[in-house]
Amino acid sequence: MEALRAVDGRAIPFGRENVDTDLIIPARWLKTISREGLGEGAFEALRASDPDNIFDQPEYTGAPILVAGDNFGCGSSREHAAWALLDMGIRAVIAPSFSDIFAGNAFKNGILTVALPQTAIDRLMEVAATDPISIDLEAQSVTTPFQDRFSFEIDPFRKECLLQGLDEVGLTLARDAAITDYETRLANARPWLARGTAAAA
Amino acid sequence: MASKPRTLYEKIWDSHVVERRDDGTCLIFIDRHLVHEVTSPQAFEALRIAGRKVRRTDLTLAVPDHNLPTTARLDAHGQHVPIADPQSAQQLATLEKNVADFGIRYFNATAREQGIVHVVGPEQGFSLPGSTIVCGDSHTASHGGIGALAFGIGTSEVEHVLATQTLLLTPSKSMEVRVEGLLGPGVTPKDLILHIIGVLGTAGGTGHVIEYRGKVFEEMSVEGRLTVSNMSIEAGARAGLIAPDETTLAYLKGRPLAPQGAEWDAAVKYWRTLHTDPGAEFDTSVLINAADIAPTVTWGTSPEDVVPITGSVPSPGSFADPSKQQAAAKSLEYMGLVPGTPMTEIPVQNIFIGSCTNSRIEDLRAAAEVLRGRRIASNIKWAIVVPGSGLVKEQAEAEGLDKVFTDAGMEWREPGCSACLGMNPDKVPPGESCASTSNRNFMGRQGPGARTHLVSPAMAAAAAVTGRLADVRDFQREDA
Ligand code: SF4
Repeated sequence: MEALRAVDGRAIPFGRENVDTDLIIPARWLKTISREGLGEGAFEALRASDPDNIFDQPEYTGAPILVAGDNFGCGSSREHAAWALLDMGIRAVIAPSFSDIFAGNAFKNGILTVALPQTAIDRLMEVAATDPISIDLEAQSVTTPFQDRFSFEIDPFRKECLLQGLDEVGLTLARDAAITDYETRLANARPWLARGTAAAA
Repeated sequence: MASKPRTLYEKIWDSHVVERRDDGTCLIFIDRHLVHEVTSPQAFEALRIAGRKVRRTDLTLAVPDHNLPTTARLDAHGQHVPIADPQSAQQLATLEKNVADFGIRYFNATAREQGIVHVVGPEQGFSLPGSTIVCGDSHTASHGGIGALAFGIGTSEVEHVLATQTLLLTPSKSMEVRVEGLLGPGVTPKDLILHIIGVLGTAGGTGHVIEYRGKVFEEMSVEGRLTVSNMSIEAGARAGLIAPDETTLAYLKGRPLAPQGAEWDAAVKYWRTLHTDPGAEFDTSVLINAADIAPTVTWGTSPEDVVPITGSVPSPGSFADPSKQQAAAKSLEYMGLVPGTPMTEIPVQNIFIGSCTNSRIEDLRAAAEVLRGRRIASNIKWAIVVPGSGLVKEQAEAEGLDKVFTDAGMEWREPGCSACLGMNPDKVPPGESCASTSNRNFMGRQGPGARTHLVSPAMAAAAAVTGRLADVRDFQREDA
């Protein structure tokens, strides 16, 4: 996972509330076998129905930040939503609130979710129309070229992982000794469980 | 030392803690990992990119189910029939490559052991009481029916389990659903769980693991318990549990991957300790009276939208909560239903008997019992029976059930998820209704615009005969 200390650049002023994962990436994209290339399907229905949609404005191509309304990422738990955003180039989403599952999936894929009050979102929507936004994860702040500064909260564990680019799998692999120890205990205490598909010759 | 009384859930949880963190999060060991073609490709891809391997290939079992067409898989010359949909074919090919590259035990599309992951696990004796079981599929809760702590996970977690055989989890709350009394004639485990979901609501179990308790579960077959536990997720719960007992032991004994000999004896001794201690406390308790339950069907687009078959389509105004009123109005519009219509007057054009909820041998027997000597109604356009695994299929054929279905005018298919979700060729056409033994009646679940009524296998068979939703109790045979 790529380390994330700061995200600077244009922010897509999307602003919509209750963006569900089906809107982010429709079900037909679930048949893929790779995390890559899903950006093409991101917000597909919306893009198809509105030629002037914000995502197809040239100035927002590759923008690393998305600003949205309340309850972002609700609906189906599909992790493809996070992959699709990542593939679009999004590294941070700013919204008043996020669905738990989406926030977890975003974090696991190195996307920072920043929760800010609606008033801050309104201001950022304004700025994003013309200017870039900066997110400093270390300082837990969002700033604009106009001296706006909004602080946000983040779980310390998640912050550390993002800052260092640590992925959960890597972190758990570092606990190898404890896992091996458990496996040894399991093999002794409940050998029938330790055997798995190797049971019965 | 007298230890604090514990629930079954706590016992299983405690025995799987690798490490406990200060914030209460635990690294939990996973005993069994079931893998299928839809939620695994990106997990294997991530392992490859990071140069990681599968930690415990011996605790991992893979089988394709979601995408597989349920039509014949071998042609007249014994050659494999290619999958027409290129993306489905690619997902399947990817799974085959991944299991070969990483050395994982695999039942291929034409193996007799192939089937829906949640049917295959218990059937093979891979899923065992007291174990932790995960799969990238929310209906993993099924395996709770044999007393395993089983839950669905996302693709990142699939990757985490493949690489580490563990998951970082916070303990769930515990909920007891206690059912008093026994089920009446024609009322099956499916009706029971639909009724329970109706009582709890789709969010009633959120944050909880449900333990189902009461005589009705003690007298229920393992197949029935798997059906009940399967749908725990539709009540919002993380998992369901039913304590293992003699019925569970009889079911597991002799299964290919179940322990044998002295190890079996040791396992049995341990499994007998797997029950909630007297005096153990649940965070939430719900009491259900079995006598209140009639054969149950859904009218709407959420599994909580249940009504007894003797009831009628509710009017949105009958719900107290305004958001529920709105949802009901939307559901009725989607379903094309008028409030006040008796449920038994709702025509159906499609019948689906299958899915991880109801595709085991007992389910097929119950449906065949109703269909024996009868024909499906003339307004039924499509009626399929999809056994949950190749072994279920063999057993059903040995009992002549396939003949009963085909004589009645139904199609007898190859095992897979089929019309449970609109991902393979088995779909319900837009605007048409289906009496379905599956677990989700969401908008579009069985195909765009498809209208699903969730029912038990016997009720699906009754609907097939009448061409409308029907009360299976009207079909009870004189000679029975
Ligand atoms: S039968 Fe349906 S619910 Fe069960 S595993 Fe397959 S798709 Fe999921």
